[in-house]
Amino acid sequence: MANEGVDHGRRRFLTATTAVVGGAGALCAAVPFIKTWEPSARAKSAGAPVLADISKVEAGQMINVKWRGMPVFIVNRTAQQIDALKSLDAQLRDPSSSNSNQQPAYARNETRSIKPEWLVVVGICTHLGCSPKFFGELKPEPFDPQWKGGFYCPCHRSRYDLAGRVFSGVPAPANLPVPPYKFMPDGKHILIGVGPEGAA
Amino acid sequence: MASVFASIGNWITERAPGLMPVYRKHMTEYYAPKNFNLWYYFGSLALLVLVNQILTGIFLTMFYKPDAAAAFDSVEYIMRDVDWGWLIRYMHEVGASMFFIVVYLHMFRGLMYGSYKKPRELVWILGMLIFLALMAEAFMGYVLPWGNMSFWGAKVIISLFGTIPWIGESLVQWIMGDYNPADATLNRFFSLHVIALPLVLLLLVVLHLAALHEVGSNNPDGVEIKKKKDPVTHIPLDGIGFHPYYTVKDLFGAGFFMIICAFIIFYQPTLGGWFLEPDNFIPANNLLTPADIKPVWYFTPFYAMLRMVPSYLDTAVWGVIVMFLGIFVLFLVPWLDRGMVKSVRYRGTGYKFGLVLFALSFLMLGAVGAGVTSEQIPKWFGPDANATTIENLFGRFWLLVYFASFGGLWAYTYFGWEKTKPVPERVTTHA
Repeated sequence: MANEGVDHGRRRFLTATTAVVGGAGALCAAVPFIKTWEPSARAKSAGAPVLADISKVEAGQMINVKWRGMPVFIVNRTAQQIDALKSLDAQLRDPSSSNSNQQPAYARNETRSIKPEWLVVVGICTHLGCSPKFFGELKPEPFDPQWKGGFYCPCHRSRYDLAGRVFSGVPAPANLPVPPYKFMPDGKHILIGVGPEGAA
Repeated sequence: MASVFASIGNWITERAPGLMPVYRKHMTEYYAPKNFNLWYYFGSLALLVLVNQILTGIFLTMFYKPDAAAAFDSVEYIMRDVDWGWLIRYMHEVGASMFFIVVYLHMFRGLMYGSYKKPRELVWILGMLIFLALMAEAFMGYVLPWGNMSFWGAKVIISLFGTIPWIGESLVQWIMGDYNPADATLNRFFSLHVIALPLVLLLLVVLHLAALHEVGSNNPDGVEIKKKKDPVTHIPLDGIGFHPYYTVKDLFGAGFFMIICAFIIFYQPTLGGWFLEPDNFIPANNLLTPADIKPVWYFTPFYAMLRMVPSYLDTAVWGVIVMFLGIFVLFLVPWLDRGMVKSVRYRGTGYKFGLVLFALSFLMLGAVGAGVTSEQIPKWFGPDANATTIENLFGRFWLLVYFASFGGLWAYTYFGWEKTKPVPERVTTHA
């Protein structure tokens, strides 16, 4: 093939446009492959709301309900446990729940709940996703001689109080998240995954 | 009979004349320095373990089921019901840990003798990429048995990406294909573990060796043997053909290494919980967090980096950044080290000191990550001591030493503080 009289500008233009069109095509072709990794329709439907029976939870006790594969802790707090919450504010990272990602607006109060005695939190440590353990009693524990009840994460020693509020100086950066939930009219059940009517 | 082989050989050579020169270039006429010592076994041993992992992996894939409901039982089926299945599985499992032992020693050899220095930077970079691919491969492999530590380990490691601002949460869901590690996660990790990453690993190993054979091997003296060649044959005076000299040497090393491996496989396949953690003999349960989540030993130094950094400004991303920096800084070693002398034998005292501190910090961080310190502190300081504070002080000290050893290496060589010894003209064989 003769190379005389080659229009180099034209050749560069054709090379560049071919590369751009081919590159855009390759990117578009990658989308379906990347999208396959999103939660499937089956996984999404398995994330539907869950009904929890709270009629048999004694004061001071906790039950653990599975919602979207995550443990949800439901605690029936005693008056003593609720009173102890106020004394802890100085030791907490976010005592007044100012991080709005961690709870719906209707649970942004002193007890981080709709009803003061009922705590509903996702039992997953905000550090790296372990499940903290429930130490409800107000008694000295090996990890804290002044323990006022709460949750202790065995993975990296993060501590939370009985409103799921994180202590300062532990690896976890935020309070335990409160999932959307509401009390059913019968007073015996909590529906996890849906907020009260009229609430955002 | 010999003439039959010879005529087959000739038949092939006539049709593919390029084959024999490739063989000669990489085997009989690849001239390696004659002063290789014990540290030079680990490259070929890494290749041996890779072959073992591929071979045993192919057979495990014949019996394993990548299904969250069936995976754990299929591993138990391999262990109990498949003839010799236990051996194949333990060869694979012990092989994974031996891979890291061999690779860590291989990397330390490179640091000791300056094998990362010009003109071998590319060999080092490719080696580091192999290390990255190997970590991903090992992590995903550990998830496959779907034991409780598989599940929680996967959760912790995938959650690392959740600390990235804004996109973190959706990225985590994308990786897992669910709201938790689930069947979808296991299935895709299986695909990556048995197809995608082994292909990447093999390609990188070929490139690592190709890059090495371009520039030639370094040696314990850090002398370039190509500078002194025989005037007639142009063969390096201190070089010997890789085959048969080093193939025979490496066979001896392989034999010794396999005896050690056989001992572990037959008598201590979990190595007291270090190679395979007790919690992984319990099926995965997302409502039951193991009392102490920790990775297998080879990830513990990096895991400690993650743990020792507190969260700040409402995010835990800092520990993740520090951990990735801890790996990334190794890529930079060829450019951090401005010294002209390669081998530790002729380098300044500061370099030797820094190398020891680096190795020590890696081991100490490993001890923190593996939970050795949290076990020992109450025994040393009494049950009333604040174990968390003491462990944080200890871990953060060694974390600083780890990064300081890299910064120190740069300062030491950049400002010309290093007092080196004269490097010999030729390699020494009895140093």
